[in-house]
Amino acid sequence: MSNLILNNQIVEDEWTVVQLPKVEQEVRMQAGKVVMFKLTGENTVTAEQITNTQVPATGKVLIPLSVYVARKNEFTSRLANQEVGIWLATHEVIDSLAAVETDLNVFPLIAVYVERFADGRIFTIGNLLRTRFQFKNTMRAFGDVLRDQLFFLKRSGFNSYLIRADRSAEEALHSLKDFTQPYQGAVDNSQPVWRRVARSL
Amino acid sequence: MYKYDEIDQQIVDERVAQYRDQTQRYLAGQLSEDEFRPLRLQNGLYIQRHAPMLRIAVPYGMLSSKQLRKLGDIAKRYDRGYGHFSTRQNLQLNWPKLEDTPDILAELSTVQMHAIQTSGNCIRNITTDQFAGIAPDEVIDPRAMAEVMRQWSTFHPEFALLPRKFKIAVSGTQQDRAIVQAHDIGMEFYRDTENKVAIKVWVGGGLGRTPILGSVIREHLEWQHALTYCEAIIRVYNLHGRRDNMYKARIKILVKALGIDEFRNQVEAEWLHLKDNPNTITEAELARVAKHFEAMPYESLPAHDASFDAAIASNPAFAAWAKRCLHAHKTPGYRAVTLSLKPHGKAPGDATSEQMQVVADLAEQYSFGELRVSHEQNLILADVKLSDAYAVWEKARASGLATPNIGLLTDIICCPGGDFCSLANAKSIPIAEAIQMQFDNLDYLHDIGDIELNISGCMNACGHHHVGHIGILGVDKDGSEWYQVTIGGKQGNDASIGTVIGPSFAADEMPGVIQRLIDVYIKERTDEERFIDTVRRIGITPFKAHVYADKAVKDNKPEVAHV
Repeated sequence: MSNLILNNQIVEDEWTVVQLPKVEQEVRMQAGKVVMFKLTGENTVTAEQITNTQVPATGKVLIPLSVYVARKNEFTSRLANQEVGIWLATHEVIDSLAAVETDLNVFPLIAVYVERFADGRIFTIGNLLRTRFQFKNTMRAFGDVLRDQLFFLKRSGFNSYLIRADRSAEEALHSLKDFTQPYQGAVDNSQPVWRRVARSL
Repeated sequence: MYKYDEIDQQIVDERVAQYRDQTQRYLAGQLSEDEFRPLRLQNGLYIQRHAPMLRIAVPYGMLSSKQLRKLGDIAKRYDRGYGHFSTRQNLQLNWPKLEDTPDILAELSTVQMHAIQTSGNCIRNITTDQFAGIAPDEVIDPRAMAEVMRQWSTFHPEFALLPRKFKIAVSGTQQDRAIVQAHDIGMEFYRDTENKVAIKVWVGGGLGRTPILGSVIREHLEWQHALTYCEAIIRVYNLHGRRDNMYKARIKILVKALGIDEFRNQVEAEWLHLKDNPNTITEAELARVAKHFEAMPYESLPAHDASFDAAIASNPAFAAWAKRCLHAHKTPGYRAVTLSLKPHGKAPGDATSEQMQVVADLAEQYSFGELRVSHEQNLILADVKLSDAYAVWEKARASGLATPNIGLLTDIICCPGGDFCSLANAKSIPIAEAIQMQFDNLDYLHDIGDIELNISGCMNACGHHHVGHIGILGVDKDGSEWYQVTIGGKQGNDASIGTVIGPSFAADEMPGVIQRLIDVYIKERTDEERFIDTVRRIGITPFKAHVYADKAVKDNKPEVAHV
């Protein structure tokens, strides 16, 4: 059974996630020495990895952000067919994608991979994709995605969640309704509660 | 104080249901230990040395009599009949059962309380001055803004899982009492040249392993933008704060790595996108919340009260208490009263269920049914008539709540330490008790005068040792407990981080060490000079020389029995 939630329902996954090939030795950016503090302490993708990434010839493919940015021209016709989606990890920067694709809505799907439950960068990334880059299509969270993140993910603009394989997506659906009237404005509803309802004293 | 409407109540009720479900899934084996940890932490539940510890939120330190009665009741029924007030103005229960915590939270929700975000890597309880609303030096009462920020930060979806914990303090006084410079974000409210409410924003302060005072990121922020500006700061931190090393994960490390100017540039760039979004606070919303904090229905009283003056003149014990435990009030004829939770020889900040009931009664009878918790771990009745002070003293004294030591050497700020906390390197409570017994002479204490002694059992600095005039830090050396001493730390507008005086000491040496520090002060002080003033004037060298006078420094190092 599928473990993918899309708009409050469990659906089959039509997309194939394209993985970067493994490398012998991981290259990590040295935290603290990077002026912009981007990518600190995270794996960086090598040129060799990008070149060697195998993309299936047919079907809907979720391509790593770094591969798309470097090999964009290979995907032009498939992009037009709505067969190309993008996935990125939480340390990656959307700006690099926006630099090669001014309108991110050419992608029917952008997925964000969260390696660990506790990595809350995914919420800011979701927020930025929706509010800064005006992305309107499906936004998926995958990786260490469990039901207790779902309410936050929903409020941060995600509408699709691939629940970790060992957990029930059916049960996870309940958590989308954990709170009826949250306090602050967020992506799903920009109005804070005091602008949504007349609050009594 | 703020009272819930149906929206607040619904959020808290839904949280109880959510947490009950999470706990059941954990107990049923559907959530692993690692998966349950961030969930329970965000509800204040630690797994400690002996049992879980539950930290209950006391937003900006405000409590009603009804709430305190409930806390006393919960402590009695679910714990061992006492609770510990913390330096974050919260209440900690040391012995609850994990299975009981959903029921405890359900009971708390009946008095508009919760344990939301009292721990974990999220925005924590917002703290402020315990004299907010009544202090004569107050420019802006920060409590309405603190409440607006409490609501905004509660389950903020973007900042639910930050690199590390995030603490915000607000203050609206001339003399800072909220240690805004020692917080991830400190907000100092003031009136600008156009007499409008504005905020000076500090960022990147914090104690812990790497004590740093905050830097000013913005001198002038209009109050309407408080939330969106915080969102910009926390967003930059959420994306770029380190997540690979929990000891380097606080915002202060990021601010230091980037430098305040580059950090400010990034925050301001982010804020351009967020400024004026719907989270911008409206006059109407602030006014709605501020209505909950309007001045109490004070009587019109003369500045002096004859019965009070007579009691002071005739009763030295009452006079000594009044000198230390009564504080100035905006309204003539009223005082704030600090009920000391620092009786000599007891764990600082602890209160029994019975004491909580007594304080709840006192608040109800003499102080409009409200009280506050201070970050110095005492309880405050904010609105007591001068003519009632004697009655309050008598009743407080009968319950061990009237030790006249507020602001004195034995008013020790102290974390639970190694007796309870699994993070601690060393015990802190027995050190506090031993020092209190060493200085168990009120006349002498009053002669020593204003001084702050802060003790932390480890470098996480829950006892704020860096900003104590004397700070004591428990350290672990080769498996035994040692204590490092700093002097010259200070909270307030002229905050400073203390300097280590030298090698650490064994537990039984500590009362003697403090005695020697005090001896140097007594000898060197000029009239009117407090301990901290003397340290700042003469430096640490004379103190160091006297403390280590008859000890070769190397002798202080822990000895390992090789022979």
